[in-house]
Amino acid sequence: MSTNRPIRIASGQGFWGDWLEAPVRQVTGGPIDYLMMDYLAEVTMSIMQKQRSRDPALGYAKDFVPLMGQLLPEIVARGVRVTANAGGVNPLACAEAVLTCAREQGLAGKVRVALVTGDDIMGCLDELTEQGHELHNMETGEPLSLVRDLIQSANVYLGAWPIVQALKRGGDIVITGRVTDTGLALAPMIHSFGWRKDDWPKMAAGTVAGHIIECGAQCTGGNCLVNWERIPRMDDPGYPIVEVSPDGTFVVTKHEGTGGRVSVASITEQLLYEMGDPKSYITPDCIADFTTIKLKQLGRDRVGVSGVTGGAATDSLKVSISYSWGYKAVGTLVYAWPDALKKARKADRILRERLRRLDLEFDEILTEMVGVNATHGRLAGPVSPDIPEVQLRVAVRARDRAPVERFSREIAPLILNGPPSVTGFASGRPKVEEIIAYWPALIPKSVIEAKVEIMRA
Amino acid sequence: MKRPPRRRRPQRIQLVRIAHARSGDKGDTANIGLIALKPEYYPLLEKQVTAARVARHFKGTVKGKVERFELPNLNALNFLLHGALGEGGTLSLKTDAQGKVFSTALLRMEIPVPRDLDVR
Repeated sequence: MSTNRPIRIASGQGFWGDWLEAPVRQVTGGPIDYLMMDYLAEVTMSIMQKQRSRDPALGYAKDFVPLMGQLLPEIVARGVRVTANAGGVNPLACAEAVLTCAREQGLAGKVRVALVTGDDIMGCLDELTEQGHELHNMETGEPLSLVRDLIQSANVYLGAWPIVQALKRGGDIVITGRVTDTGLALAPMIHSFGWRKDDWPKMAAGTVAGHIIECGAQCTGGNCLVNWERIPRMDDPGYPIVEVSPDGTFVVTKHEGTGGRVSVASITEQLLYEMGDPKSYITPDCIADFTTIKLKQLGRDRVGVSGVTGGAATDSLKVSISYSWGYKAVGTLVYAWPDALKKARKADRILRERLRRLDLEFDEILTEMVGVNATHGRLAGPVSPDIPEVQLRVAVRARDRAPVERFSREIAPLILNGPPSVTGFASGRPKVEEIIAYWPALIPKSVIEAKVEIMRA
Repeated sequence: MKRPPRRRRPQRIQLVRIAHARSGDKGDTANIGLIALKPEYYPLLEKQVTAARVARHFKGTVKGKVERFELPNLNALNFLLHGALGEGGTLSLKTDAQGKVFSTALLRMEIPVPRDLDVR
């Protein structure tokens, strides 16, 4: 069921915690064919894993369910299809919650949820390592056995093709676990236009489109440096929409009447975001080349993208493994004029001396002076001695909880027994946070099998 | 006797006047996309903002090497700053654990440009 007309794919969430209004506005603000939503950052999976271990009904992006509840009647009426990796580490529970929601709204028989799984390899890690897949850390080369007992979650990044299957089998709302952000956008193109798996330039074009819109408004004026003060109506930014043609060229735009800006500058900034080697942007679906892309301003808030090239996909998939590393905490105090910076530095020295005497073992202690050097370090240059205030920010990290816990009790005393004119402690003792670290690895595609299941309301 | 025309020395300007940027992270590596504000500024960026120059600019902050990639089609350069984020991700204790403002830190760099260059 290929089509020859361009399709419109809208991005509704750039991460779990993005603007809740955005997907609603994307669906109701004008015509779209697909709504894609990316919920999963690297750390998100481990947070969801923890939630599931406390309650087996959890472990997915909970916001997604009430959002779908609100949007379902519109989605059904307008024939919009949804692709979202909201399933996290528990896509089945997510899908069931959405179906319950649909039934409650009297939409039984009108909504098909497609469930994409097979990304979660937590249960077969030992089997895989026994088969010789050592899952070495891609950055350090270390073997996974080093952290085996500390692992919290292990998920393969699936690509576009399982989502294509889900769409082909009639899924209106495709809910996945760990799939790539770009796959959520590429799949509707493959499905709509019948693109072949080895049509690498088209796979690459769809991947570039996905990369541009996967961070939501970050390509439509959000976080954009060029003339940032004159970007219109950022209280109501339009989230991005790609209008993709069957030949793989596309236009990035947003709904009429929304704020923000779509310009060559805003798109270029996003193209370069989290970029490695621009000739070799590797996904499960292809290797995209960003050095042949052509951008053209076609009109107000319309940028044309063409010229994308790409090569064959690799034989591997990336695995995202999370493991318990240890603990950290951040303590802050604000020192006021006069001599604000001097006082903050003195307080830092006192604190460190007290920590030293307690003989606590930290992996690292970091001091930053917010307002002076926290963002640009020494590049910020000298600071006025008359600076009105400085925030002292001290952060510690340790394998064990105890030293971090003790550190969290050493900040408050400084208010009464340290340098003068100190304030800003209203939020209380620093919170001790568990550090879940990230272990990237590769695995051959041949050992991973994605599954697609259709569930009806 | 006529004096020969005086050679005009180049002026030094901050990158922020001729470029914009966005940065992000991948593990302990920060990336900075540096983009010319006008296509005619791109050759200046390509010539002056070398990997070695960027490594010097971030000396003390960046522990590993600096790599540079060119994207003349976008009038842009991409830099990878390895070992820049205090171990990166959730381990980093830095305010800017994800390297979000390395972009503007790079825009502080000064480079020589022709005195007659049209800049804002």
